[in-house]
Amino acid sequence: MTTIDLREDADVALHPSSDVRVTTVTMRRRVRNKLATIAMIGAFLVAVIPLGFVLVNVTQQGMKVVTKDFFTNEIPPDTGSADLTNDVLAKYGGTPTTTQQTSSTQLGIGPAIVGTLLTTLGAAVLAIPLGILGAVYLHEYGRKKRLASFIRFMTDVMTGVPSVVMGVFIYSVWVVHYGVDGKSAFAASLALGCLMLPIVVRSSEEMLRLVPDHLREASAALGVRTWRTTTKVVLPAALPGITSGSMLAVARAAGETAPVLFTIGAAYNYNWRFHGGNVSLSQFIYNQAALTGPTALRLAWGAALTLIVIVLVLTLVARAISSRLSIR
Amino acid sequence: MTGSEKLEEDDVPPETTTEDLLRLGDIASGSEQPPAAQPEAPVVFDVRDLSVFYGSFRAVRNVDFEIHQHQVTAFIGPSGCGKTTVLRSFNRMHDLTEGARVEGTLNYHGIDLYGADVNAVEVRRRIGMVFQKPNPFPKSIYDNVAYGPKLAGAKRSELDDIVQRSLEQAALWDEVKDRLKKSALGLSGGQQQRLCIARTVAVEPEVILMDEPCSALDPIATGRIEDLMDEIKAQYTIIIVTHNMQQAARVSDRCAFFTTEVNEQSDTRTGILVEFDATEKMFSNPSDERTENYVTGRFG
Ligand SMILES: Nc1ncnc2c1ncn2[C@@H]1O[C@H](COP(=O)(O)OP(=O)(O)OP(=O)(O)O)[C@@H](O)[C@H]1O
Ligand SMILES: [Mg+2]
Repeated sequence: MTTIDLREDADVALHPSSDVRVTTVTMRRRVRNKLATIAMIGAFLVAVIPLGFVLVNVTQQGMKVVTKDFFTNEIPPDTGSADLTNDVLAKYGGTPTTTQQTSSTQLGIGPAIVGTLLTTLGAAVLAIPLGILGAVYLHEYGRKKRLASFIRFMTDVMTGVPSVVMGVFIYSVWVVHYGVDGKSAFAASLALGCLMLPIVVRSSEEMLRLVPDHLREASAALGVRTWRTTTKVVLPAALPGITSGSMLAVARAAGETAPVLFTIGAAYNYNWRFHGGNVSLSQFIYNQAALTGPTALRLAWGAALTLIVIVLVLTLVARAISSRLSIR
Repeated sequence: MTGSEKLEEDDVPPETTTEDLLRLGDIASGSEQPPAAQPEAPVVFDVRDLSVFYGSFRAVRNVDFEIHQHQVTAFIGPSGCGKTTVLRSFNRMHDLTEGARVEGTLNYHGIDLYGADVNAVEVRRRIGMVFQKPNPFPKSIYDNVAYGPKLAGAKRSELDDIVQRSLEQAALWDEVKDRLKKSALGLSGGQQQRLCIARTVAVEPEVILMDEPCSALDPIATGRIEDLMDEIKAQYTIIIVTHNMQQAARVSDRCAFFTTEVNEQSDTRTGILVEFDATEKMFSNPSDERTENYVTGRFG
């Protein structure tokens, strides 16, 4: 009976004499453990149910309209009045007519996909380098200086600013200034960049904080300037975290509606340039949903599914990059 | 914009840098001379009335002593008495610590290290440091050693030689020569510490500061590092902090004993230098009772 018992209640087996009390303690601990586990799973389910519902619903509705051409077709103008497509009429028992032509194969959101990618790319190019440099200042140079504390505080404030305010801000300083031409993918990039900037700054600073100080000291002790230490030791060490933080900010920007609403203008055809009116998926969803006609709604569902997939892909890429980079 | 102020602080204005480089350069060439007989060994550091503060807390006060060229000087004393604090003031490491401040004069070959026109980066190039905890960069073994020389402007073609020479000096070459491109983090603690030594000697400093370099090592690795110190002290001036009396007795030529002085009124503890002398004398016939108690293990 002296064999070592590795079961959970091994202590009981090893001390058979101190039986009763130990057993009840173990029992109570087990019950508590069970309850806590159940509570956690419950909380998880409560959090997941709405998410699952949204995903299932969007996928169901979206798949009805998504075809191969859906992603490349230009946006049909006038979707609000061209409500009764032949399909819809057939579904609701109406008679197909020849005057109202918007069939499923002609529906598309290609320009909105391009617009989303363009505005997000623009925002990323504007916000990520600036944000990382800001974080480098805050953590490597500013530290506890007044200016650094002030910037840190303002960044936190900026993180909490509702995204629509960013849109209005760019509208008032850029769009109003340039008139009708002011609305463009670039203006939308500016608004999204304003939104991303504080997120990139704060997440990058957090990652720089994780780089142990002894690496900075080791580098400094070799007679290396702070800037070189930052670029050669600190940033490489923080790169996985900074990358995934930035990618998450990009994913967030890709899905934002409010900043884009006042700034991007309108377009039904492909616009690959940063100037001139454009259209993004989020803004497109908003507009179509507001029109309420069946065709508009179908387009909105399809665009919503597309947007979710794009954001999901960006998030997965962020994860992949950070796990790839952190393998040493 | 925002970062520029500190950047400027960091890079001392060019005119002073050049001048300073020249001044320091003249001296460094003197270090090639063979070591003089021990009592007359030239003074590298002349420390006068040194006090170090962390914020308003005075960690060490009124330290006076000299460090001689091509000798090993050991700092001993109970934990918290300020050995690390004094050591870090020799290469201006305190510049990196928020709130740390050094008072008094610390002359390096007659130049006040804390003078207004002295470039801290250049100081650290000449006065290297090995830390208590091995802290290799998360890079390959090769890149760890090549890092300093590369940033100091060594040519690509010279790097292989520098890396090999430095690793040989640190008695690590044979163990790692087949895996130079592997991560340094895969080395054992003792190997990592020797890598850190190799990394330090690779930039050819004049002085090497070592803060308890063997505290994480087994006796064999410790022995290797002690042998190493003995070998390289002909080229370098070494200051070592240690808690190991035998180690201090074995490796050092001179020894500084610090202790903590408790101020009853303000209830603060300040480090003071009790005695500084040749190691033999410190261990056989110390002039201060506190030193004797400490080195004989009767510290109370
Ligand atoms: N960064 C810091 N900020 C504030 N106080 C500090 C800091 N570093 C050290 N001190 C204080 O300064 C005093 C001396 O510390 P130091 O690290 O120099 O001691 P030490 O002699 O090296 O001790 P040990 O042998 O344990 O390494 C201690 O009271 C310590 O608490
Ligand atoms: Mg110490």
